[in-house]
Order: sequence, then structure tokens, then C-alpha cells
Amino acid sequence: MSALLVKNGRIIDPASKFDDIADVLLRDGRIVEVGRGLAAEGAEIFDASGCIVAPGFIDMHVHLREPGIEHAETIETGSRAAAAGGFTSICCMPNTIPVNDNATVTSYIVERARQQAITNVFPIGAITKNSAGEELADIGSMKHAGIVAISDDGRPVMNARVMRRAMEFARSFDLPVIDHCEDLNLSAGGDMHEGLQSTRLGLRGIPSSSEDVMVARDILLAQTTGARFHVAHLSSRNAVAMVAYAKAKGLAVTCEATPHHFAITDADIAGYDSNYKMKPPLRTECDVNAVIEGIVSGAIDAIATDHAPHPGSEKMQEFEKCPFGITGLETALGLSLEKLVHTGKISLTRLVALFTTGPAGVLRLNRGTLRAGAPADVTVFDTEREWTYDANQSHSKSRNSPFHGRKFRGGPIAAIVNGHIAWRIDKAE
Amino acid sequence: MSVSEYFRFYGLRLEHLVSAKPDAIVMHPGPINRGRELSSEVADSQRSVILNQVENGIAVRMAVLERVVG
Repeated sequence: MSALLVKNGRIIDPASKFDDIADVLLRDGRIVEVGRGLAAEGAEIFDASGCIVAPGFIDMHVHLREPGIEHAETIETGSRAAAAGGFTSICCMPNTIPVNDNATVTSYIVERARQQAITNVFPIGAITKNSAGEELADIGSMKHAGIVAISDDGRPVMNARVMRRAMEFARSFDLPVIDHCEDLNLSAGGDMHEGLQSTRLGLRGIPSSSEDVMVARDILLAQTTGARFHVAHLSSRNAVAMVAYAKAKGLAVTCEATPHHFAITDADIAGYDSNYKMKPPLRTECDVNAVIEGIVSGAIDAIATDHAPHPGSEKMQEFEKCPFGITGLETALGLSLEKLVHTGKISLTRLVALFTTGPAGVLRLNRGTLRAGAPADVTVFDTEREWTYDANQSHSKSRNSPFHGRKFRGGPIAAIVNGHIAWRIDKAE
Repeated sequence: MSVSEYFRFYGLRLEHLVSAKPDAIVMHPGPINRGRELSSEVADSQRSVILNQVENGIAVRMAVLERVVG
């Protein structure tokens, strides 16, 4: 019997449309109740005065690098970075070594997470064997072992026929198909968004169309197959428009946006800093505005970080040589508050929904709410505290963030996972 | 999606026949893919009429051809 009483916070639970100062009582891994002046004998008290108390945040797109690339990140360190970013659940992409394309690897990740992780970890399985884009992976067996979606993130399925079959099988196993939408032939050789800035810097470009044609293809295949299709980290104005079109037609199409794709643009790439290199690349202000409009309108369902740790020995090379990807777990909430809430674009309720009911709905996780009986995952954050992100103090094993040294207003205060405080700021910093 | 995984999720096995009506029979026009579409236990079970079906199918096809070209 363990109980935790989170007192006097402003509770925002989009799923039950609750927004008021109140307490939350957690016991034995479940939410017991939300209400005013709750008391519970023997319960540990967490004073959340002045803070927002929300359902546990879910990041549906992270790379934990384990098994196989543990010098970049492990399930343990990735989960620590997640908790320090206010996340209580993370979903890990399958591009490990070996690739998570069969039930044995899935079971290893699940077991490793059970032993090492301080947050919930939900694996995402590969679409094809070794993510090579040819033969379908053991989708059904992986589902039984615990995957919540399939994706060949980073190595997108180029063969449309294979993608069609994947969607058909995924549908029969009630799994969403998540695609990193990139036509590898169109993007080949590119290092940043193709446009004025790439010309100015003399770097090879990745055109928006390399993303757009795959979003279009997959939406059409989702229509053909009836599969649930989710666009990972969409970044272009056309992609947002096409997802909105698919939704208007009633297709089971959803999408996520990363904080960096609505917070910074290709014009911010200065001095060939490799921490500004990722896929999709930072796009233009016009695209960034479209992503923000999509978040406001509801075309975009979730905010996900695409946390992609790389050790300095690999990332700190010339822009053309370094791998794609940046860390993001610890800065996601701060950036979202800065660009979406403090600017008046969206309400705090909508912000919380983008981190909770949004991803939970896409993945059909029974989470993302503070309703009685739900898993006792709670995120506590504030909207005013001023702080500076120091990548060198990161809980991640890697440091590849373009937001090192950035000043934030508001951020995570605590992550409560399964009724226990996994991380809290006053103890950690 | 390996052969073994296909059989696990889509193959017909004895355990599935438990939920069928007691007089339900198993039919297949042949040729069958043992261990892929259905298990050998099912194919060779008392409830399988596959061999009868295949044998009768030859007679039926012979009769049809006779009618059409005869």
C-alpha cells in the first residue's frame, strides 16, 4: 500500500474537461480521485501549489538506442531524461542494433525497461525485417510481446506495395502504422532544407516535396487499406494541409509535430552547427507557421520529440558528415510553452492534450487522463519559472541539442510514474 | 511476416475447430499448404473432406468439360 497526495495544484485534465485548483490522490498505481481538500492517512504529500497538475505526458517518438548503441543512450538514461522533461511514458523507435523486428527483441526491451527505466516504455516495432523495406517483420508476434505501433522510422519503406501490405496486416492487428515520410531518392545527399538558406550556406538541400509525396502516398494507401496511419514529425506546409484533408474525409490519419519544427527555422542554422541537423530538416518560417496553425486547428494530434541522442564523437563533425537528429526530451515542454502558450496561440488545456490524450488516442494507450482508475501517471509543471537549459547537465547520455543555453519560462516540476515520484526538480537541481 | 508467424495468426488448427459446430466439415479444393494454411492434424482429421472434395472435383471438371466441348 503506497499512497501519494498531490495537493493544491491547478489540475488540468482534458479527457474529463476538468480545470480547477484541487488535489489528486494516487494509491497502488492508480488514480483514486480528484477533488478539493482530500486527505489520506499515511499518504506522502506532494505540494503542487502554484503548479499545473496534468495527466502523465506521453512522448510517442523517442530513440533509446538500446540494444546495440548504448554509448549514445540506454533505456535507463533515456527514461531519466524523459522524466526530467516531465514525461511519464515514452515510445521507443525500433532502429536499434539489432532492429526491433521480432518478438525476441521486443521482449528484451520490455524486460530491460521493467528493470531499468524510471518511466513507462512502450516499444514500437519495425514494419519490415531489419527495416530494409522488403519483407514484413513479425508484426503479430511483436504485438503480443508489447509493441504499440509499427514504424521503419529513419529508413522509410520506399516500396509502396510493401507499405500497402504492411497497412493491411497492421489493420488486422489493430496497430497504427507510423511513417517517417521521406522519399529517399528525392532527399538523397541533402543535409538541410532546400531553399534560400541552403543556397546561402552552400549545403545540399532536402526539398519539402521529399516529405510531401510520401505523406500523400501513405494517406492514399490508408484510404485503400483502412489502416490507421500516423505521420511522424511532419514539418512542411503541404504535409499539414494533406493531413487536414485526410481528416476532413474521415480517414484514420493522425500526425505529430516536434518542438524544433515549430520553434526554429532553417534561418536559425548559424555557423554550420551540427546540432541543427535533423530529419526532416528545419524548414522555412512559412512551414513553421503552418505547423503552429495545424496545432491550433487540431490537424496535429500530438507533440513528440523525436529525441535522437548521438555521442559527441559522432555528432561533433562537419555538418555534411554528422548524423541526423537532436535530443529533445528535456526541452519539449519549455519550447511548447514559449511558442504556443505564452504567445497566446493555444490554451494550457490544449497544450496538455497534445502531450496526453493526443498520443494516447493515436496509440490507444489506456492513459493520458486523471480519471479514477487510470494509471497513476502525473506530470507537474509550472508556466513562470525562469531557467536555462544546460545540455551538459542533461540526464541523457548525449548532448546534441541546439537549445543549450536557451532561457525558458516555465517547465517540468515533477514526473510521477505509477504512483511514485520518478523525478522532481527540487531534488534534482 | 514469416511463414511461422502467418500460420500462428491465420492458419487453421484443431483448436479453432472446437468453436465450430459439431457437424462442421473442413473443405479445401487442394492443393493444400500444410503448416501454412492449415495444420496436418486438421487436413487429416475425421472432419476433413478435402480428399473427397479433390477426387469429386476431378469428376465434376470432367463432366463440365464434356458438356462444353462434347
